[in-house]
Amino acid sequence: MTTLFKRIFKSGWKNCSREKGLVAANIFILVLAISTLTSLYLLKDVSNFLVSSIQEKVDISVYFKIDATEEEILKIKEEVAQIPEVKEVKYVSQEEALASFSDRHKDDPVLMQSLDEIGDNPFYASLNIRAFEASQYQAVADFLNNSNFTGLVEKVDYYQRKPVIEKIFSFVSNMNTIGIIFSFLLIIIAVSIAFNTIRLAIYSSREEIKIQRLVGASNWFIRGPFLVQGAICGFFAFLICLILFTLFTWIFGPKTEFLFPGLNLFTFFIANFWIIVFIQLSSGVGLGVVSSLIAVRRHLKI
Amino acid sequence: MIKFQNVSKIYSSKTAALDGVSFEVNKKEFVSIVGKSGSGKTTLFKLILAEEKPTSGRIFFDSKEVQKAKVKELPELRRKIGAVFQDYKLLHSKNVYENIAYAMEVIGASDEEIKKDVAEVLEIVGLTNRANNFPVELSGGEKQRVAIARALIHRPEVILADEPTGNLDPYNTLDIMRLLLKINEAGTTVVLATHNKDIINSLDKRVITLQDGKIIRDEENGRFIL
Repeated sequence: MTTLFKRIFKSGWKNCSREKGLVAANIFILVLAISTLTSLYLLKDVSNFLVSSIQEKVDISVYFKIDATEEEILKIKEEVAQIPEVKEVKYVSQEEALASFSDRHKDDPVLMQSLDEIGDNPFYASLNIRAFEASQYQAVADFLNNSNFTGLVEKVDYYQRKPVIEKIFSFVSNMNTIGIIFSFLLIIIAVSIAFNTIRLAIYSSREEIKIQRLVGASNWFIRGPFLVQGAICGFFAFLICLILFTLFTWIFGPKTEFLFPGLNLFTFFIANFWIIVFIQLSSGVGLGVVSSLIAVRRHLKI
Repeated sequence: MIKFQNVSKIYSSKTAALDGVSFEVNKKEFVSIVGKSGSGKTTLFKLILAEEKPTSGRIFFDSKEVQKAKVKELPELRRKIGAVFQDYKLLHSKNVYENIAYAMEVIGASDEEIKKDVAEVLEIVGLTNRANNFPVELSGGEKQRVAIARALIHRPEVILADEPTGNLDPYNTLDIMRLLLKINEAGTTVVLATHNKDIINSLDKRVITLQDGKIIRDEENGRFIL
């Protein structure tokens, strides 16, 4: 058995070293397939990051009348926080609202002058409420409208924001569906191209396979070297992809952080290094071996 | 050892490569099959090797019906046969040494045995200095000698030789024929298909003559008559 394995491995390795052109073509196609899968993995997390940053920006605000005291508002905040649909509640006092506005518009002299002319603080104290999902904002708004502190509420801005919130969440949901379909399509295309390239390479060896059968070789003795060859191609494709993606994320990591603060591709790549190694190695070697296995099978019937 | 019972092989409705052929080859026998091109000699070998199935009739090898053997049983059957093909059928990705060694590798011979026997056979067929060459670098005669060496190396029970001297010069032809006779004397059955009249007449062994897929003559100590 050891001799058999040794011969199969030796033969597979020799075939690789003698058919350099064919092996290079197989490796190139496998690099494309592995790169597609790795990119999809990276993009999935990039899009999750973007989606969650969009979702983070969605909330509703409850503005309280000028005569509502801070104690009353904080009590309401506690009550609101008890609603199961609510993820987070943040209290913004009149002073904080004014400071935030002034800070945001400090470079706009007209607005700042208008604020000065008003004299008093025109802003309401408010609660910013964030729900887990878009559909839950209606329930939160209903709770606020039917509660015993309705008298203290100046306005709930849910109804003005409702169309925007629904659009954002429907966009996110559509993007997820499109992303999944697109990913599946890309995976199918990448896998089919890799499979067909290996199948063509093995097709060119069909006469050799026939001769091997006629000389008395068992199916595994014939199939083995092709599987080893497929695994070797897959392994080299994995190494190339790993180097390419390390370089790519290292170069473009800071740029992604500049575009999307908090998202550095290189940091993400390093944090998920072993998962990416697993994806690349298993897809490379797996594709090489499984494609060879299927492609050789049809020539072994003689 | 090999038995054909009323075997026919029809490729298309108009062409019968073999038509109701029956004969038997005994152990240690030396049988020559003669006939014009297209008379069915190669088809006969293909059927023994189970490369093709007969349209009708039965073929036995060592009392086992060849066409009923399952795909996974075929390697075992083929290892008992050493075949020299008309078109050599060498493995183009392997060099001369590896082509010959392959027949021993498939039967699970040890590396030492392979090294020793391949060197010996290369010496016999006069290709020691071509051991590292690939088939594409060899002449027709050299390819034929590699094919013969591969057929002999694992000491099969039967050697099927389809035109083994077709590309050889008279000197090499004589050598190869001497080799086949020597192997036969050592107990290996030999079935030889050839066009070479001189060879057949000098052998003084059994001759089966095929014409249009039928056996028209089967004689002990036969001669080449067409």
